[in-house]
Order: sequence, then structure tokens, then C-alpha cells
Amino acid sequence: MTERIIQVDALARVEGEGALYVRLRGREVEKVEFRIFEPPRFFEAFLRGRDALETPDITSRICGICPIAYIMSACQGVENALGIAVSPEIDALRRLIYCGEWIQSNTLHAVLLHAPDFLGLDDAIQIAQSNPDLVRTGLRLKKIGNSVMECIGGRAVHPVNTRVGGFYRAPDREAVRALVPELEWGAQAARDLALAFARFEFPDDEFDYTFVSLIHPDRYPILEGRIGSSRGLDIAVEEFERHFVEEHVARSTALHGRMRDGSAYLVGPLARFANNFDRLTPDCQATAREAGLGPVVRNPFKSILVRLIEVQYACEEAARLARAYVPPDPAFVAAPARAGVGHGCTEAPRGICYHSYRLDGEGRIEHARIVPPTSQNQPQIEADLARVVADNLDLADTDLKWRCEQTIRNYDPCISCSTHFLKLTVDRV
Amino acid sequence: MSDRGKRAPLVVGIGNRFRRDDGVGPWVAEALLGAGLDARVHAGDGTGLLDLFESHDDIVLVDATKSGAAPGRLVALDAGLAPLCADMFHYSTHRFGLAEAVETARALGGLPRRLRVYGIEGRDFGAGIGLTDSVERAARALVEALSVEDPGGDRGRGMSHGADRAMVHGDADAQK
Repeated sequence: MTERIIQVDALARVEGEGALYVRLRGREVEKVEFRIFEPPRFFEAFLRGRDALETPDITSRICGICPIAYIMSACQGVENALGIAVSPEIDALRRLIYCGEWIQSNTLHAVLLHAPDFLGLDDAIQIAQSNPDLVRTGLRLKKIGNSVMECIGGRAVHPVNTRVGGFYRAPDREAVRALVPELEWGAQAARDLALAFARFEFPDDEFDYTFVSLIHPDRYPILEGRIGSSRGLDIAVEEFERHFVEEHVARSTALHGRMRDGSAYLVGPLARFANNFDRLTPDCQATAREAGLGPVVRNPFKSILVRLIEVQYACEEAARLARAYVPPDPAFVAAPARAGVGHGCTEAPRGICYHSYRLDGEGRIEHARIVPPTSQNQPQIEADLARVVADNLDLADTDLKWRCEQTIRNYDPCISCSTHFLKLTVDRV
Repeated sequence: MSDRGKRAPLVVGIGNRFRRDDGVGPWVAEALLGAGLDARVHAGDGTGLLDLFESHDDIVLVDATKSGAAPGRLVALDAGLAPLCADMFHYSTHRFGLAEAVETARALGGLPRRLRVYGIEGRDFGAGIGLTDSVERAARALVEALSVEDPGGDRGRGMSHGADRAMVHGDADAQK
């Protein structure tokens, strides 16, 4: 029996540090381990004793790419505990800044980090050398997302204008409406990119995933909805911990998220798309159809197309919200401190980001729980890797290694967020 | 807003101050900012640097390096002369960091007229605040050299190349 070992010591084009180990005995995949050695972050622990109003600013620091996801889930959780209901104007402004994050994060990954896999290139630098206009388009799109975040949040990384109850200051109407022309260009550019990328050669791979996302009857979910799955789960956000568990595994400083029955599930663009296709705009649905996608996409390698359709959606939605913008007055809703438990869940670019907080009578945090999307996706990433390796045993080690890295990048894993990523080792025993 | 045409360099400190020596870039930028010089800390992924390259003629990037050299070693690189080695710089978000930003800009024809990169070799990149001693000494020397280059902020621009002289432990091979 031949042992085969393939090793990648540092996976590129993902965020954070970790490794992948694959051992094959003959044609049998004996072990696939996603080893994450990014140092633990301890956010849940050091939130204890802090004023709940500090929670959005503290948890924002979990990620420099998706701070809005942490800010908004934290705000929801604390507001839920304090009994705060925000105005429709605040809700709309939150959705607008969140669209900015979707645009910049999904564009960064799809165009600069994931596209090289399909073009046979090592990185964005090589794309810039061979197709500079593609990179210029990607950079302009990403900048649009940053501009939205700066306009509303004060800055693109770790915005400072957001707070429990709303915003410190409502941005000027003129500044928000000035975003519209670039957002309109962005929607068309994202559509064009999706259609161009649809001509990539995609690996032949499908899996019947359990797609978990927020589901909303009227809106493509970002900040709203119940938690649901493609297998019929339909629960309120506060029921999350009854249906989902996290487990520690020795190989990872990130917890592994599973359904309570132990099964893996998938969060992120593919899940949102499958569970909410009807709530995409007609133009986005048309892009999906022209890109050859049905309402459910089970080929994980085509997540790059879904990400770009979500960029199109976020640009369209942000333009709509910017045109209709009415400065919230007051800019935030305050409430006295009280004891209570609250839950929040929003759609980070990589999938649902769940927070829960228990507050004491003075509004201090007694207990915090934060479940980032990459933690939830880890078991499914390992399952995908095992399947992809088993289906591609005849590939040379170099090619198999490339395919494994591509498989991982389908998820745009944010290892620092989950701390929970990457060196790759494949043993053929 | 474009600052093209300004003669003083913009100093950009890159890194994470909560990862010990990875914070040397922000440490240098904040010290220069405190002295009235045009400096800023860059956070987030490297694509944001590309916007700065479009809007400034003369940029100095300061970052921690992790090359295996002695801690505190200062290297001065002229990005206009040769490609940067991505493996040298520790900082990276989604693996699109300083070197990737510079080389992408080079491929797109978007480098500023003058782009210098100062790297200070770090020793400890673990969680925590504060630079290790040898790294802080090198950072102070670089701050002093850049201040000499641009004393008093807007005064005396372009009068010397003090920071280049600060490459006391520079390694000519670093640009290969």
C-alpha cells in the first residue's frame, strides 16, 4: 500500500495562519485535518465586566475586513437585551453601510484572491500584468465599498460612527446621495465580472449542502430575518444555541460549528443565495441565469460567481438606499441599563455571525458568546477537502495541492476572525 | 484629495500595534505625526495603499520585516528600482500586503514618482503591546533620520536623505 503525503506549509490568499494535512493510504483518504494555529483571541472573556455600550467597538476589532458584521451583530444583541427598537431610518442606514462591507469584502476575495485560481496564476500581481483592466475594475469596485463605509462610518476599517442604538451622527444627505453614481457603475461592473468569470473552467464537483442563512420574506437578508436552512429549519435568532453547537478539536484554536445532530453545514454566499434567491432583484436573477446558475448552486467552486452577484446586489441596494436616504433624527435610540439577555445575528460576507450577551442591572456584560462564520464552515471545509481529494487522486501532487487550496478559498475563510489557519500537508501512505 | 505636487514625503506606517514588533510601522508614523510631519498609520488590507500611490508623489512606507536577520536591522529599499520580496514583510491581511500592493501598482503603472520602503526586522510578533528593545532603538533612529529629512514638517523639504543614511545595518542584497 502506497503512502502519499502532500504538504502545503502556508496557504496564500486567505486571512490568518494555519495548515492543512491530508494523508492517503493507497486510494483511501485516511485523514484530512484543517489545523488552525492562529493565537486565540479571548474576546468573549475580556468582554466580561465591560459596559455593554462598548461591545460594538470592541468586537469590531475581531476583523479588519468585516468589522461591520461584528458591530451590527453586537448592536443587535445589546439592543435586544436593553429592549431598544431602532427607527426605520436607522435600520436603512445600517443596511447601507453593511452593503459597503459586502462590496469591498466580496470584491477583494473574488477578483484579487480567488480569481487567480481559475486563471492559473499565483496572485493578483500576475493578473495585473496579464489583465490590468480586470484588476483596475476590481480595485474601483472595492473602493466603492470603502467609500460607503467611510461616508457613514467615518472610516473604512473599524468605523467609529456606529453605536448601540444607531449612529453618533447622521451623515449629510448630500454626502450619501453623492455615492449613487459610483454605485450604479459598480452594479454594472459586478454583473460584467460575473458574466466574464462564468466562462472560467470550473471543477466538476457538487454536494448536497445544508445551507444555513438568515431568511427573510421580503428582503435579501443582511441584518434581518429568521435563521433557516435548506432542510427546513426555521428558528428565531434567540433559538440558535438550541440547534447549533461548537466543539473544540485539538488541531484548531477555532471551535468547530456543527448542527446539534453533529452534521456539518454551510454558511455564506451559497447559502444566502439558495435560501433567498427570490428576494434578489430581477437584474441580479438575470445575471445568475445568464451566468448559467439556477436558484441553488451546489458546486462550491462557483461561489465566486455568487459572490459577484451579491456585489451587484449590494451596489443596487446601496444605490436605492442612498437615493431614499433620510437622515435619522434622532441619530440613535438610547435606553437605560437593565439586566437581560439579548441575541443578534447578521449576514457577514462569509455567513451568519451570531452574538449573544447577558447583561447585569448596570448594563455590564456578564457573559458573551460570538460565533463567527468561518468557525461554522470549518467542518464543511474539511468534508469538501476529503471529497475533492478522493475525486482527484489521479492528479499529481502539485495539482492536487493547488486544487485543495482552491477548495479552501471557495469559503474565503477568515482565520483571524475564527481564530480559530494555513499549511497544507498531504501524506500518501 | 490629491497631494500630488507636495514636496515632503508622506510617511505611512504599516502593521498591527497589538502584535508587538509588527507595530513598528505605526510606532514610527505616530512619532513623526507628533513631530508635525505628514504621516499616517495604514490599517486594513494592502489595496488601500494603491489609492495613496495615486494621490501622493513621494511616499515612505515603514513596515516590520521577518527575514531571519538580526532584530532591529533596518533595510532601505527603493521600490522604483526593483521588485519587493513579498516574503520579507510580515504584515498581510488576506495575503495582500505591502509587497503585493507595490507590485500590483507597478504592473498597473501606478507607482508614485518616489517610493521608499523602510523595513525593521522584528523579533516578537506575538500578541501584546510594545516593541522589543532592539526594534524600538531602530525605530527611534529611523524617526530621527526622517525628521532630519523633513525638519519641522513642511519646512526644509527634500533637503537631505537622512533616512537613507540611517540604513546603518542595511543589506544591499535585500533588494534582490
